[in-house]
Amino acid sequence: MVEVKLWGSLGASAGGTDKVDIEAKTIGELLRKLAERYPGVQPHVTQGIAVSINGVVYRDDWSKELPEDTEIFLLPRLAGG
Amino acid sequence: MSGIAVSTTINGDAVEFLCQAEETLLDVLRDRLGLTGAKEGCGTGDCGACSVIVDGRLVCACLVLGAEAEGSSIETIEGMADGDKLHPLQEKFLEHAALQCGVCTPGFLMAAKDLLTRNPDPTEEEIRFGLAGNLCRCTGYDKIVRAVQDAARVMKGA
Amino acid sequence: MAHDASYSAHDFKSVGTRPVRPDGIDKVTGRARYGADFNMPGQLVGRILRSPHAHARIRKIDTSKAEKLKGVKAVLTAADLPDLTDGDVAFHDILDNCMARGRALYDGHAVAAVAAIDARTAREALKLIAVDYEVLPHVTEIDEAIKSSAHVVREHVSTGSVDPELNMPPNTTKRSEFGHGDIEAGFRKAEVVVEGSYRTEQAHQGYIEPHACVASVNSDGTGELWVCTQGHFAFRHFCARLLGMDVSKLRVTSSEIGGGFGGKTHVWIEPVALALSRKAGRPVKLVMSREEVFRASGPTSATSIDVKIGATKDGRITAASATLRFSCGPYAGSWAELGAMTAFACYDLENVRTVGFDVLVNRPKTAAYRAPSAPMAAFAVESAIDDLARKIGIDALELRIRNAAKEGTKSSYGPVYGPIGIGPTLEAAKNHPHMKAPLGKNQGRGVACGFWFNFGGQTCTDLNIGADGTVTLAVGTVDVGGSRASLSLVAVEELGIPYGQVKTVVADTGTLGYNDTTEGSRGTFSSSMAAIFAVRNAIQVLRERAAKMWDIPVDDVVWEDGHAKARGKGHGNLPRLSLKQIAEAAVNTGGPIAGHSEIVADGAGVSFTTHICDIEIDPETGGTKVLRYTVIQDAGKAVHPTYVEGQYQGAAAQGIGWALNEEYVYGKDGRLQNPGFLDYRIPVCSDLPMIDTEILEIPNPNHPYGIRGVGETSIVPPLAAVANAVSNAVGVRMTHIPMSPPRILAALAAERVG
Ligand code: FES
Ligand code: FES
Repeated sequence: MVEVKLWGSLGASAGGTDKVDIEAKTIGELLRKLAERYPGVQPHVTQGIAVSINGVVYRDDWSKELPEDTEIFLLPRLAGG
Repeated sequence: MSGIAVSTTINGDAVEFLCQAEETLLDVLRDRLGLTGAKEGCGTGDCGACSVIVDGRLVCACLVLGAEAEGSSIETIEGMADGDKLHPLQEKFLEHAALQCGVCTPGFLMAAKDLLTRNPDPTEEEIRFGLAGNLCRCTGYDKIVRAVQDAARVMKGA
Repeated sequence: MAHDASYSAHDFKSVGTRPVRPDGIDKVTGRARYGADFNMPGQLVGRILRSPHAHARIRKIDTSKAEKLKGVKAVLTAADLPDLTDGDVAFHDILDNCMARGRALYDGHAVAAVAAIDARTAREALKLIAVDYEVLPHVTEIDEAIKSSAHVVREHVSTGSVDPELNMPPNTTKRSEFGHGDIEAGFRKAEVVVEGSYRTEQAHQGYIEPHACVASVNSDGTGELWVCTQGHFAFRHFCARLLGMDVSKLRVTSSEIGGGFGGKTHVWIEPVALALSRKAGRPVKLVMSREEVFRASGPTSATSIDVKIGATKDGRITAASATLRFSCGPYAGSWAELGAMTAFACYDLENVRTVGFDVLVNRPKTAAYRAPSAPMAAFAVESAIDDLARKIGIDALELRIRNAAKEGTKSSYGPVYGPIGIGPTLEAAKNHPHMKAPLGKNQGRGVACGFWFNFGGQTCTDLNIGADGTVTLAVGTVDVGGSRASLSLVAVEELGIPYGQVKTVVADTGTLGYNDTTEGSRGTFSSSMAAIFAVRNAIQVLRERAAKMWDIPVDDVVWEDGHAKARGKGHGNLPRLSLKQIAEAAVNTGGPIAGHSEIVADGAGVSFTTHICDIEIDPETGGTKVLRYTVIQDAGKAVHPTYVEGQYQGAAAQGIGWALNEEYVYGKDGRLQNPGFLDYRIPVCSDLPMIDTEILEIPNPNHPYGIRGVGETSIVPPLAAVANAVSNAVGVRMTHIPMSPPRILAALAAERVG
């Protein structure tokens, strides 16, 4: 079970919460289960969600394992110039 | 096709070409003669990427008509090195990393060469104003100015 | 083979040196081939017809006369680009921007195109295309677009609000929100509060090379595209999808690129060139004029931002909030979102809240520009921080130091920071001689900090060892500013051979696996990581080959200083084998030697910078002169320090130009008034001083050498650093970028009255 924090707009799509507990081992599993539980989240997943694990942002690697007892924070997947 | 016949000397070689009346010297160099070292950054005389030296004068090739080049002697970036020996300005641009993307570089090299011909020992301010007709969006000019200063030192010593 | 990406301390031999770049000679002799320097046999000249109206319905396009003109081989309208986007809004927006579909949405929007045997014929043909426009009302100014009376730019773009109750004003979309804590409680705790509203005008990346490409599509569905781009793999993906081609049948080669800064991460003319070629059955060369670049590529947002910050009298911020409105042209983006995330990222805040939304206007589509959206947000926040310091009565740099984020801080956009460099850059600024230099009359000094995320992403490299022991490193990240030199350095470091023995090239899409675009400061970070892994894979092969040559177990072979050495009992006196010797023997030990690597390089590590600017104002003319400028930025590890300095200097210069001069000016008719370098004035050599740099090296824990991206962060502080300097010089807070002479004169006049 990991505790996942959501950025403002995503939280609003997940029924107004900024935190959820989810049983997930990897980023991929986390995003899938999140969208199952809160269908409003799916458009964000499609647009791209990045996952910050202990302050390090993972944009693409869905196989990345989620360590226990670390901060997991979801962010929009961004691009640069 | 109708065209204007023009005879010139380019980088020391006699070159003849046909061009249409509205074609610029830059069009001719790039599209007819395959000399693509001069770049078109604006086509309106504002960026200096097309700088070449015509009869000893630095000009924007985009502001000169091909037909106007009749009888003139043109130097382009392709003629700057002496065979495989780079001009000191070319050497110093490389050494100081005075280029990032490099698209402004041919124009800057021609402008700097012209500047050092007229003023072999320029101050920083003279370099900055001397090169103010050339735009570079990558470097912030710092390393370009240093490269020109260094080249001037080397060329005086030579 | 999986490799460990985490940082370990190194004694570098090559990394950190400053050799000449591998593509250097070509670039100083005019031989380097940029987008417009390439031709294909039998190629036609393409040209695009653009809308003169800011907003118009296209009732009818009559191309019959143009088609009949001798020498015209194809005329194209949106009808030739069927909609294959299948409900994907983002793709449909790209398609619509490449060629207007029923409505022209800004001055310069493409409405038709031709391919002809020469430029003269193509120009002639454009004049023969008759477009029947019904001119519609338009809005180009961001603050006008959000008024309730504003005309709606595109009805079917939902306001994208997460909460329909919010009652978003017209033309706003993509609302986003970040922050934590209790903002009201924070402001109640504050003893001093500052508030301000800030404006920035639209600026262009201003790359000197206009967009250019040569496209060739064959009747069997295969095609080639030569193009100046920051990401040829992404371009292939966009073009193939828009044109219904197979990705693998379209081969895209990136030319040398004459600057991009984000503007060449989007497709503009490329799908049109491919479609023209398909229709004409011949290659087509399409090159934008400078005017087209300004009118119809993608500048950055104009913005309107409100900031409020509260603090205790001892200079501890108790609450900070901002509302950010970013123009996005006629298509929604995530521009305000980026501003909302980055705005307060430099600070350690208990209570913070930012809300952003994009604003649709009849201007060209907004595109990424170097650390997109962060400079404008930093301008607003860093201006307010200076005001706060003045109001409290402490030094502005000291206030920043007291509130700087550090390892363990919960960032304003959410996650907790790892090891970061904001504190060290501020301390370095405090101790820099620049801060102590005296100032004269009409002179002012400003300081500001900046933050950018940096990205990694999909990366693939090949390392091939030639029969003579020289090495080719093929990468798929476009080299926008000297990265081939840096990547060569990394490869020779890892191999233990001299710099001259490696040549790095950028491979085309047909010869290497997918690579993300060179954006988000990812080029050197991610390709160096992939290069290190490719070398490690190659070293494994080299050790196996040496083991075969010696006929000993591979575990007894180690790689050191560019040589295989035998270790262990019995092999002590075998002479070491050089890379060259192993390569020469390769034919008999198993064939070619190579190392490959395919990775997702995540963990790019955030980046911080602090800038110091001195400026002098001419009170008569409102003119400004930058006297001195210093950039202090964390690079993780500077692979080629000269090119790192170059990134800092170039970004600072762009920011200075934006702060003082550059702006899109629209007339009442909705037309761009200054689509050229004469009137859109970017800094020239005589406008700037030398730009001092100080490179800090706080290793990125998620890269084997500790490398962080460096390309973008230094464009973030200049708007604010220059504005703080000007404000200090004139004694009035400057709230509108650019601070052109008329705005400075107005500020001086206001102060005299004030
Ligand atoms: S192309 Fe001639 S000055 Fe810009
Ligand atoms: S190096 Fe890119 S424009 Fe000068």
